[in-house]
Amino acid sequence: MKFDQPATINPIDRGKVVGIPHDRIDGPAKVTGSAPYAYERHDVAPNAAYGWIVGSAIAKGSIKSIDSRDALAAPGVLAVVTHENAGPLGKGSMNTAHLLGGPKIEHYDQALALVVAQTLEQARDAAKLVRIDYAQEAGKFVLTAEKDTAVKPPAGFGGDPDSAVGDFAGAFGKAAVKIDRTYTTPDHSHAMMEPHATTAAWLGGRLTLWTSNQMIAWAVKEMALTLKMKREDIHVMSPYIGGGFGSKLFVRADAVLAALGARAAGRPVKVALARPQIPNNTTHRPATIQRIRIGADRNGVIDAIGHECWSGDLPGGSPETGAMQTRLLYGGKNRMTAHRLATLDLPEGNAMRAPGEAVGLLALEIAMDELAEACSVDPVELRIRNDVQYDPEAGPGRPFSSRKLVECLRQGADRFGWAKRNPTPGQMRDGRWLVGMGMAVAFRNNLVGKSGARVKVDGKGGVIVETDMTDIGTGSYTIIAQTAAEMLGVPLEAVQVRLGDSKFPESSGSGGQWGANSSTAGVYAACVAARGILAQKAGFNADDATFEDGMIKSGGRSVPLKQAAGREGVSAEDSMEYGDLDKAYAQATFGAHFCEVGVDMHTGETRVRRMGGAFAAGRILNPKSARSQVIGAMTMGVGSALMEELIVDPRFGYFVNHDMAEYQVPVHADIPDQDVLFVEELDDKSSPMKAKGIGELGICGAGAAVANAVYNACGVRIRDYPLTLDKILRGLPEPAFA
Amino acid sequence: MKTFTYERAESPAQAAAAALSRPGARFIAGGTNLLDLMKLQIETPAHLIDVNRLELDKIEATNEGGLRIGALVRNTDLAADKRVRRDYAVLSRALLAGASGQLRNKATTAGNLLQRTRCPYFYDTTKPCNKRKPGTGCAAMKGISRNLAIMGTSDACIATHPSDMAVAMRLLDATVDTVAPNGTKRSIPIADFHRLPGDRPEVESALAPGELILSVTLPKPIGGTHIYRKVRDRASYAFALVSVAAVFTPDKGGRFAFGGLAPKPWRVDAADAAAAQGAKAVAEAALSGARTTRDNAFKKDLTARTLASIFAEARA
Amino acid sequence: MTVGNFGVVTRRTVLGASAAACATSAIPRAQAATPAKGDDAMVPVALRINGKDHHLTLDPRTTLLDTLREHLRLTGTKKGCDHGQCGACTVIVEGRRINSCLTLAVMHDGEEVTTIEGLGSPEKLHPMQKAFVVHDGYQCGYCTPGQICSAVAVLDEIEAGIPSHVTHDLNNVAFSDEEVRERMSGNICRCAAYSNIIAAIRDVAGEDKA
Ligand SMILES: Cc1cc2nc3c(=O)[nH]c(=O)nc-3n(C[C@H](O)[C@H](O)[C@H](O)COP(=O)(O)OP(=O)(O)OC[C@H]3O[C@@H](n4cnc5c(N)ncnc54)[C@H](O)[C@@H]3O)c2cc1C
Ligand code: SF4
Ligand code: FES
Ligand code: FES
Repeated sequence: MKFDQPATINPIDRGKVVGIPHDRIDGPAKVTGSAPYAYERHDVAPNAAYGWIVGSAIAKGSIKSIDSRDALAAPGVLAVVTHENAGPLGKGSMNTAHLLGGPKIEHYDQALALVVAQTLEQARDAAKLVRIDYAQEAGKFVLTAEKDTAVKPPAGFGGDPDSAVGDFAGAFGKAAVKIDRTYTTPDHSHAMMEPHATTAAWLGGRLTLWTSNQMIAWAVKEMALTLKMKREDIHVMSPYIGGGFGSKLFVRADAVLAALGARAAGRPVKVALARPQIPNNTTHRPATIQRIRIGADRNGVIDAIGHECWSGDLPGGSPETGAMQTRLLYGGKNRMTAHRLATLDLPEGNAMRAPGEAVGLLALEIAMDELAEACSVDPVELRIRNDVQYDPEAGPGRPFSSRKLVECLRQGADRFGWAKRNPTPGQMRDGRWLVGMGMAVAFRNNLVGKSGARVKVDGKGGVIVETDMTDIGTGSYTIIAQTAAEMLGVPLEAVQVRLGDSKFPESSGSGGQWGANSSTAGVYAACVAARGILAQKAGFNADDATFEDGMIKSGGRSVPLKQAAGREGVSAEDSMEYGDLDKAYAQATFGAHFCEVGVDMHTGETRVRRMGGAFAAGRILNPKSARSQVIGAMTMGVGSALMEELIVDPRFGYFVNHDMAEYQVPVHADIPDQDVLFVEELDDKSSPMKAKGIGELGICGAGAAVANAVYNACGVRIRDYPLTLDKILRGLPEPAFA
Repeated sequence: MKTFTYERAESPAQAAAAALSRPGARFIAGGTNLLDLMKLQIETPAHLIDVNRLELDKIEATNEGGLRIGALVRNTDLAADKRVRRDYAVLSRALLAGASGQLRNKATTAGNLLQRTRCPYFYDTTKPCNKRKPGTGCAAMKGISRNLAIMGTSDACIATHPSDMAVAMRLLDATVDTVAPNGTKRSIPIADFHRLPGDRPEVESALAPGELILSVTLPKPIGGTHIYRKVRDRASYAFALVSVAAVFTPDKGGRFAFGGLAPKPWRVDAADAAAAQGAKAVAEAALSGARTTRDNAFKKDLTARTLASIFAEARA
Repeated sequence: MTVGNFGVVTRRTVLGASAAACATSAIPRAQAATPAKGDDAMVPVALRINGKDHHLTLDPRTTLLDTLREHLRLTGTKKGCDHGQCGACTVIVEGRRINSCLTLAVMHDGEEVTTIEGLGSPEKLHPMQKAFVVHDGYQCGYCTPGQICSAVAVLDEIEAGIPSHVTHDLNNVAFSDEEVRERMSGNICRCAAYSNIIAAIRDVAGEDKA
C-alpha cells in the first residue's frame, strides 16, 4: 500500500482495541524470565562454545604483532580469531570503525581478537593470554581542542548541515534583547541493561545469528557486507532485546566475532560484550559544543535565532545534529543553523535515543529560559508567543501536519501547578533544600519508513502476524496485536505476534521513534490485504465489509471469520510505503516538561522532587506502554542533566568511567512519581494509524527542564552538562557556619 | 579470573594456617569485592579459603560494655542489630548508606574493612597503577581524579578507601581482633589498621600475611547525637564523594571522621578538639595539609559545607 | 503477608543468624573442602534451586549466576554487568536477596536458592509478577526478573524491621514509597520503569496488609 493522501476514516478509528491501555502481551514471558534473549538460546544452540573479546589497549596505531600461542594452549580453548586468520572481511556501511580491528587500530577497546573456549571461565582467562605488541600513534581526543579544525560535514541524515533564512546577523545585531551563550554536553553511553550479545551457528555455508539487534534487515545486510556473503545465506533472529536506545541499530563486534568464532571452532559460539568493554568498544552519543544566539523584542518575540553545533567523530563518521530542531521549533524571520564536525580518535559516535534533539534541546531550552528571564516573561508564555504552525524556514506553504505544542504547554502547566512558581531564583525553601521549578519544550521529528508484515488467519479464527519488527521494550508486540485485532475484528487474545526474524517481511525496525507508527501501519496494510481475500471468500465486496466480533458483515449478512478463512486459512502480505506527505507537511511530535527539584543548600546535591509533562504525538496506540516509554525517556533526561558523562582521558584516548558503577545512570531513589498527560490528537498525514512516534519524545527537553529548575532553585546557571554538585557549589553562597 | 584451588575453612586456626602454607592464598568472605577484582585479574589468588562457615557471625556484648562484631556478620545484620541501632546509630547509618540491599546482605564486616579502592585506573589493568602493580606509576595523579583523595596521599598514590562502614568504625574507636597463622591473637586499633600509601600503596592494612580478622570490637557507647552524611551524585547505590560521620555530645563536644577524602577513614584529633568552635574550625583542622588536583579540589569546600550542614542538623 | 510460599522462610532467616539457616538447610553439602591439584580441578556442588536438588561438578570459578544460566539453563536470572553494579542477577539465597554474579556457586554448597523461575510461571504468576504486568513495571524485560526478586525480598525486609538509608527513626521501620525506592536502588532499570515498579510493589504490599 502507498500512503500518499491524508488518511480518512478507517477501521482503526473504531478504537475498540487500538488506543486501549492493554497489558503487554509479552508481559508474562518477561516477568517470569522465560523470554529468551540472545545469549540464552540453549534451546536452539545447546552446545555453544564461549567467546571472549580482546579489546585494544591503545586508542590509535597498529598491531606490531599478535601472539595467540599461550591462549591457544590454555585449557579448553578451541580457537583464537584475529585479523590474521579471520579471512578477508568487508565493513558494514553503517559502521564507522571496523568491528574486528587490526593491523590498524581505530579506537580504544576496538575488538582485536576473540578467544573461544569450552566454558566462559576458560575463555575469559585465555583472553588475557593473547599478547599484542602495539605501535602507538598520537591521536586527537578532546572536542574543545579540535573545535577550530571542525569542518562542514557532507549532507546526511536530516539534509544539509547548514541552513539560513533572512538576515540572521543583521537582525540579531539589532535585537532589543540578545542571548548569546555556549553550552556543552558530554559523551553519553546508552547503558542498556542487556549487553550486546550474539549466538552464532553455521550450517554449511549458511549462518544463523540469534542476536540483540533493533534493525533485523540492516543486520542481515551489514553482516553480508562484513563477511562477504549473500544475504540469503544469513538468518537473523532477535525476538527479545534487552534495551537498545540506538546502541543496537547496527551489528557490533559480538555478532561478527560470534560468526567468525563459530566458523573457526566448528560449532556454535556465543559472545557477549563484558560490561566494562561496552562504552569504549561500542558507540556512544558524541559530546557537543553549541552556541545559541537569540534576538527578540522586549516581549520575547523572536526575530533572529541561530544555533551552531560542533561535535567530533572518527574519520568518515557523522555529526551530532544538535541544531536540527531549531529549524522547526520556534518562529522568527531570520534564522541560521550550522553543524561542524571535528575528527576525533575516540570510539565511534553514533545515534542514541533522539539523536540531535536530545542534546540540542538541552542547550536550546536553557537558552529559552535565559530569554524568558531577560524579557521578564513567564517561560511557558514565552514558548506560546513563539509558537509557529508552519515550518519557519520554509514558510506557511509547509504547515505542520499537526502541532499541539500550545495545548501541551497550557495543560501541562495546569496539571503541574506551574502558576505557583516564583520566577525569582532561590526563593523557595524546604528545610535544607532550595526548591525550584523549571520547564522545557519537548520536540522530536516524526519519521516514517516502509514497513511490511504478513497476516495469517486460520480456520479457528486465530490470527498470526509476522514481521521482522523488533520490540526493544517499546511495546511492539502489543500494539501490533492491537492493530491486527482491530483490523480483523477479533479479540486481542486471538492474535499471536512473531517478531524479529529475517525470514519475516521486512519492517521499519526500531529506531528514531519511527517504529510504532511505521510497523503498525505495515500491519495495517497486510490486514487490508487479508480483509480483501477474506471478504472475497465470504462473498462480499471488501470495501463494504466490516470486520467485528469475529464476523465479517456486509449488507445485513454476516459470516464468521474462521469460516471465511476456511481450513486452509488465509495468508496475506503487504507493506506500507510513503509518498511525500512528509515533504508537503512538517511532521513532528511535541510536548512540555515540568520539573521540581531540590538543591541541598550545603552540598549542592540535586534531587528531582516532581516531574510531569504533556505530550502530543498523534494517536496513542496503547496509553500504558506509551506512558512507559515517556517516563523512561524522561528519566534518561534526568540522567543527562544530573550525572551522565563519559569522561575522556586525553592521555590514553578512552572513556575512563566505563562500567555501571562509574558511569552513573538514575536509580530508583532518583526518580519520583512521574505524571504523563497525552493531549488528544490524530495526525491524518502521518499514516493510516494517525499515530506518530512517542519513544524518544520524552527525553527531548527533559534534562533542560531539570537544569532550569536547578537555576530557579538556587540561582546558579550551569551551561555545561551534567549539573554535578561541584559545578553548583561554585555558584552557591557560603552557608551559615554554625 | 585465574584458576585457583578452593578450600572451605572449618576453624579460624585452620584458615589462618592454610593461608600461610599455601602461597598466594586469600580468604573469601562475601566475595563482593574480591570476585569483582578477580574477574578483571586485578586480584589473582592461587588458592581461596572460604571463611563463610566459620562461627564468626555473632554480635556479642563485651565485658567492657561494648560489642564484639564477628568478622562474618553481614552488613545488613550489623545495621539492623537492635543494640547497634540504639547505641551506635552512626554505624547503622553508615552501613545503610553503602552499596545496595543485595550487596549488604552478602558483604561482611571484615571484607568491608578490607575492600580496595575504586580508583578507575586501579580497575584498568592496561593502565599504570602503583597500587595494582608497584613501580608502574600512578595514572590518576595527572588524570581523572574527581573521586580521589585529598588527604593522606603520597606521590605514589592518591586513591581513597571507599568504605562507609569503616568511617563509622573509626569514629567509634573500634579495634580489629585478629589471629595469626601461628595462633597469636592481637587487637589493632582501627586508627592503625589502614595504612597510608607512602611509597608502598599496595600495602593497605596492618595485617600480616595469613592473619585472619576474627571480630571488630566497639568500646562502650558514647551517647550523643549520631549523624552520618554521605554526599554523592546520585541518591543511592553510589560511593561517597565525601562522607562525614559525627557524634555530637551535649557538652558541645564532638568527634568527626571522614570518608571519600583519604586512603583510610580520616580522623584528626585537632578537628575533634575544634568541635565547640563550629563547623569551619573543624573543617580547617581536618583538612590541614590537603593536596588537591584540578578535579577534586571541590572536596575541600564540600567537606566544610557538609560539616556546616550536620552542625545545623545537630543543633536543630 | 503472602508473597509466595517461601515468604515464611525468608522472614525467619532474615531475622535469624545465617549460620543457623545453613544448619537447617535441607540439602546435604557436597563436601568440597579439600583442595584439589591441577589447573582444572572441579568441585562438587549441591544446590537446592526452586525446591529441586541439583548435584553439580563445577569449575570453582563458576559464579552462582553462571551456574544458573549456563549449567542449569535457568536463564531467567540475567547478567547485566557481572560486577555487582546493576542488580539484574538478583536471586534469593537462604531467604536473602543477593547479586548472584559476585558469589561462587561452591560458596553456596548445600544452600537453597530461589530464582525468578521459582516464583511463578506464565500460567501461574506470583502476585508480584502479576502486579508488574498490570502496572507495566518493565519495558525491555531484561532487568525485570532481578527487580521482581528484589521486590519480593524488600517487602520481607520491611516486614522484618530492617532499616534503610531513608528510615527516619531507625527503630521504626514502615512501608513507604520512599523506603521502597531506596531499597530497590540496587536494581537499575535503564528503560526506567521506576515509577511503575513502585506502583506494582505498593499494590502487592497493600494486598498483603489487607
Ligand atoms: C557496585 C558496588 C557498590 C558498592 N558501594 C559501596 C558503598 O557505597 N559503600 C561501601 O562501603 N561499600 C560499597 N561497596 C563495597 C562493598 O561494601 C564491599 O564489596 C564489601 O563490603 C566487601 O565485603 P565482602 O565480605 O564481600 O568481602 P570479600 O570480597 O569477601 O573480601 C574483601 C577482602 O577482604 C579479605 N577478607 C575477608 N574476610 C576476611 C577476614 N575475616 N580476615 C582477613 N581478611 C578477610 C578478603 O581476602 C579480600 O581481600 C560496593 C560494592 C559494589 C560492587
Ligand atoms: S591513585 Fe593509587 S590506585 Fe589510582 S592509579 Fe594511582 S596508584 Fe593506582
Ligand atoms: S549482573 Fe550482577 S549486579 Fe549486574
Ligand atoms: S525493563 Fe529494560 S532495563 Fe528495566
